[in-house]
Amino acid sequence: MPELKSIIESFLFVSEEPLTLEKMKLALPETDVKAIKEAIQMLKDEYDHRKGSICLVEVAGGYQLRTRPEYADWIRKIIQPFAQRLSPAALETLAIIAYKQPIMRSDIEHIRGVDAGGIIRMLLDRKLIKILGRKEIPGRPLIYATTRHFLEIFGLRDIKDLPVPKDISDLGKPTVEAHEMTFPNNFIPTPDENT
Amino acid sequence: MFSDIYKVQLENIFEGPMDLLIYLIRKNEVNIYDIPISLITNRYLEYIEWLKAMNVDIAGDFLVMAATLIHIKSRMLLPVHEDSDEEDPRQEIARPLLEYLRMKSAALQLNERELLGEHTFIRSPAKTSGAGNLQDREIRVDLFELIQAFQRIIDNLSPDIAIDVVAEKLSIKDRMIELIWLLKDRGSLIFQELILSLDGKIEIIITFLAILEMVKRNAASIIQHTDTGNITLYLNESP
Repeated sequence: MPELKSIIESFLFVSEEPLTLEKMKLALPETDVKAIKEAIQMLKDEYDHRKGSICLVEVAGGYQLRTRPEYADWIRKIIQPFAQRLSPAALETLAIIAYKQPIMRSDIEHIRGVDAGGIIRMLLDRKLIKILGRKEIPGRPLIYATTRHFLEIFGLRDIKDLPVPKDISDLGKPTVEAHEMTFPNNFIPTPDENT
Repeated sequence: MFSDIYKVQLENIFEGPMDLLIYLIRKNEVNIYDIPISLITNRYLEYIEWLKAMNVDIAGDFLVMAATLIHIKSRMLLPVHEDSDEEDPRQEIARPLLEYLRMKSAALQLNERELLGEHTFIRSPAKTSGAGNLQDREIRVDLFELIQAFQRIIDNLSPDIAIDVVAEKLSIKDRMIELIWLLKDRGSLIFQELILSLDGKIEIIITFLAILEMVKRNAASIIQHTDTGNITLYLNESP
């Protein structure tokens, strides 16, 4: 039998989505989870030690091979990601949903003080958020939550991995927050059984 | 005073009343836990007035916030009983402001992460890049565009072809069958190239009508390339 870490490496290479420990365990019934975890750690160290362009990251409840950020400019020369900017307003709405989920539209609007309908639709289209269900209150409003795809895009292990928002009482100097980000435009819908 | 407000608008476009309020609080360097409600309310109302003067449609949200501020201001004027456990009326605005700021900072923190598709990439290119090349993106064309393309080709024909009298009879049906064979063979046909390969106006017209007929019968579809303007004919999968 070849080395466990090499087998796992081959799994990671062919996986389109972050590969979960459970899935690896299913493929390797004879091996115990601890050994798999150790092999993953060894692989991770190897990639780090090699200082190549690829690293092994833990994201969205699984493991994934990704390129290091230093190579982003080079990669763009060859694959042209069809990036579309997410406005600061959309980013704020997404942050509210991420931190307060499950959340109703009216609660989002209450925090931002403006209509959120258009942005919610856009975030749904991009598979960054999903409709979780309805709240059993009069009107049965829809409730929203982030998707696993959201975790993948933002490189988060799970929702608990979200950075702790700073409590700001010091407002700092008046600056215009015109932060924009790019996003690949077409997302492949991913099954979102767990976020 | 008004030039001051004018400057505000130049450097900021407020999306909603919360943004405006935060701007005013920052600009006037006041403590969010101890908002001088009178000052901020006045500044806020000045801004609303200015918006009105500029004929900007003020969203209802801005007016609701104005009403809230005035309400707080009036409550601040009322005497408070010593033993009253009533909270500071300004909490009504300070709390949501702090919450909003917290979410704003959270959004910035999210934005600073190494984002998939921007800073980091995975092997499966479909997830991080557009589906296929940008150049291959196509739009569907309507019949008018097809007719225009046809018109351009007719215009480009040299006159001697135009007066050619075609003796043999070519039916639209025969042409359709020929086209289907061609399409089955090659997969797709570029309309302009197809037409140029033909002899004489009659044949072009017959071919054109055959294409229209095929599209009408759902036997083929026509797609126009966004960049080159080439119209391509595809055979539809037969059900």
